[in-house]
Amino acid sequence: MRKPRLLYVPFWATYVFLYAPIVVLVVMSFNAGGSPYSFEGFSLKWYGEFAANAEIRRGLVNTLIVAAGTTVLSTVLGTLMAVGLARHSRSRLLDAIGVLPAVLPDLVLGIGLLLFYVWVQLSLGLHSVVLAHTVFGTAFVAAVVRTRLTHADTSLEEASRDLGATPVATFFRITLPQLAPGIAAGALLAFTLSVDEFVIAFFTSAPTEPTLPIVIYSMVRFGVTPEINALATVLLAVSFSVVIAAQRMTRLTESFS
Amino acid sequence: MTRSAVVPGAAATARPRRSRALGRLVFLAPGLAYLVAFLLIPLALLLSYTVFRRGRFGGVVHEVTGENFTRLLDPLYLDVVLESLKLATIATVIALLVGYPTAYLITRLPSRWKTVALVAIVLPFWTNFLVRIYAWIVLLSGPGLVNGALGAVGLGPFELLYHSGAIVTGLVYSYLPLMVLPLYAAIEKLDPQLREASANLGATPARTFFSVTFPLTLPGVATGCLFVFVPCFGNFIIPELLGGGRSIMVGNLIRDQFLKARDWPFGATLTLALLAVLIVLLLVQAWSSRRA
Amino acid sequence: MLQITGVSRRFGDVTALADVSLEIRQGEFFALLGPSGCGKTTLLRILAGFESPDAGTVTLDGADLLGRPPHRRPVNLMFQSYALFPHMTVAKNVAYGLEREKLPRAEIRSRVGEVLEKVGLSAMAGRRPQQLSGGQRQRVALARAIVKRPRLLLLDEPLSALDKKVRAEMQLELKRLQHEVGITFVVVTHDQEEAMSLADRIAVFSAGRVEQVDEPVALYQRPRTPFVAGFVGENNLFGGRACSVGLAADGLGVLPGSSDMPDGTSALLAVRPERVRLAPADAVADAPGVLRGEVADVSFYGGVSHVSVTVPGRQEPVLAAVQGATRTLPGERVALSWAPEDGVLVPQ
Repeated sequence: MRKPRLLYVPFWATYVFLYAPIVVLVVMSFNAGGSPYSFEGFSLKWYGEFAANAEIRRGLVNTLIVAAGTTVLSTVLGTLMAVGLARHSRSRLLDAIGVLPAVLPDLVLGIGLLLFYVWVQLSLGLHSVVLAHTVFGTAFVAAVVRTRLTHADTSLEEASRDLGATPVATFFRITLPQLAPGIAAGALLAFTLSVDEFVIAFFTSAPTEPTLPIVIYSMVRFGVTPEINALATVLLAVSFSVVIAAQRMTRLTESFS
Repeated sequence: MTRSAVVPGAAATARPRRSRALGRLVFLAPGLAYLVAFLLIPLALLLSYTVFRRGRFGGVVHEVTGENFTRLLDPLYLDVVLESLKLATIATVIALLVGYPTAYLITRLPSRWKTVALVAIVLPFWTNFLVRIYAWIVLLSGPGLVNGALGAVGLGPFELLYHSGAIVTGLVYSYLPLMVLPLYAAIEKLDPQLREASANLGATPARTFFSVTFPLTLPGVATGCLFVFVPCFGNFIIPELLGGGRSIMVGNLIRDQFLKARDWPFGATLTLALLAVLIVLLLVQAWSSRRA
Repeated sequence: MLQITGVSRRFGDVTALADVSLEIRQGEFFALLGPSGCGKTTLLRILAGFESPDAGTVTLDGADLLGRPPHRRPVNLMFQSYALFPHMTVAKNVAYGLEREKLPRAEIRSRVGEVLEKVGLSAMAGRRPQQLSGGQRQRVALARAIVKRPRLLLLDEPLSALDKKVRAEMQLELKRLQHEVGITFVVVTHDQEEAMSLADRIAVFSAGRVEQVDEPVALYQRPRTPFVAGFVGENNLFGGRACSVGLAADGLGVLPGSSDMPDGTSALLAVRPERVRLAPADAVADAPGVLRGEVADVSFYGGVSHVSVTVPGRQEPVLAAVQGATRTLPGERVALSWAPEDGVLVPQ
């Protein structure tokens, strides 16, 4: 059939729109001059500048701590919940509670948790951010693992029981290995979401222990400097390679299964 | 014989029941307990604050009052809610108009390029949100590149930053992938033979689109619109960074009630209003996807 | 009426159609028969306008068809999956094509009513496709296509999605409708029984080529290529060289057959199982063309029994079909023979 040529206009416009700002950001990060608007020659000086910035380093460390904690907690809770919801429950209410954190606006969750922490008199710090991020992390891990679970064949578990394996042995030797790619994808998702998350961290962190997005936020608010371009470029490079690696990995696991 | 036939049978029915209860406890309890503690209780707490009076230095005084709700109707706040609705709606419509043709064309690409095109749509979404907004500050600000380009053809300079146009641009930019993905899924799912059948019965390509393709992808349209509208409506970072820091959208207003004005009950009431709008939209979307 | 000349189409390394020429006559019920992947569906899609050939021409009533977009062709297609619009009622589905012709509303309504009556679905006009049975959906798809009164109606495996009983019913129905509306039907099918019972003429396809075009009976009785002999119905095939009384078969001597081929031509002899006469070994005297062997297996199919006989000098057993139940048992020695006119020689 004839290709609708006219549609190529919004199609390419979409990609230009999505990537033009990113390209500008990256190019300007190599600017020798101090203005973020005009390119005055190639230099890596802003990379050195931001690498030496203690504030950024501290934010980065905090973010990695939060993301690691969130990933561990969310992966355990989310995987258990996915199996529970898929195999041990038919309640639609429980299903709804399971996806609620994923659809709730982050602002509402952040404020709710802030009020909750004040109410139970929990001090703010990195732990309070981990507890907050685990709420949506669990929901996303559960969702990812569950799709894997509904595609998985229950007859494998039944075959295992039929061959004399206990429920516990069946879970660890049959169910879990089948779910492994889903769990890995869920964990990666929880980690990435936590690293990027700003709004909830903004409400639930202590001012003395900001995460990296909070550091970026305060830098952006106080004006435009090429240092942010350099930082942004590094972050872009990291997330691009993680996404592409994840894409490769899923394709690899798909080709195995 | 009869005894031994009955007893294992009884054991066989009793064991699954016990193991099911155990399974629920092991698998469901931890996650649900966590979500009750860190999601449902905080939400309930937040909503309960809507009926109390504000404390003098933040917090609440446990005296029941309806004044938070009457304050919602104050034009000062109502206008902000309406403005947020307007901006989120405009952003959603633009995202739909740009996203639909894009998603449509992706479904017609050869499968190799399909994956590439989809990853390219999602990729910016996985980069830091603030970094992407920052990129727009650089592009749109007074001496920025857009004005530079316009100047080169003899236009401007314009004040591109710090007004609602910049906010809408930022909103569309941030959430466009959330529009394209469900649209792509809906169009891809559509049986291509339906389009062929329409052409075979004498419909022009345009007629086929409006009579067959679009109506059958409406659930995808509804989902995409919801995915874009929800984060737009409650957003406070984009209006703050691209809109010039005033309380333009309801998200800013809510944030300010908690962090600046320290009026928690009114902040909670605004949050409830925000949630109410979103719940109505969720119901509309659920209804539209059930009808299809 | 429809003239297909030298049509070819390749998909990468796969040849879907290789220099196909066919003529389809006004009012005919024509079948394109072949195994899946033989190119018959590609030809159908070319006629409907969803594919274009790499070479060749197609004319309808003398006018070029290939230059027209799908929606401007007087050709309608009944899809294998039916492709009913799920968001429209039965009546809306049927009216869709007429609305595109911008006919007055009253006329659309009366024509839709008429055609739904014809296929026996008047009571279902307000239903959605999802609420119909497979057979009913098939009727809607048919009604939607014929209501346009096309010059040519294409049917892609029209009965394949139906279960056996409904299929038999719809076969009769299709034939009746074709008579009633007088439209030329071109049906694509892999089911030879379907093609045989429905069509006036059949084109047998293999690997993108037309093997033979003939009426069903002629196709069955006089296959002209080895593929047709093997594909249409069951046949015992013997390889060898043509001779004056039949075939000089490899390792079996001279077998009776009717031939107009020059002596010595490499050929296949095809004998239908139901034409093979089966007798106890000692009841028949040795003669040229009588084969002797041992019964390997007997299967009973209700109306007929199939007896397969191992014949020395031949790898595959020879199949004989016997009316009703047979008393022949495995292990028995038997003699096989057939009349010369029942052996068909096919050039190889």
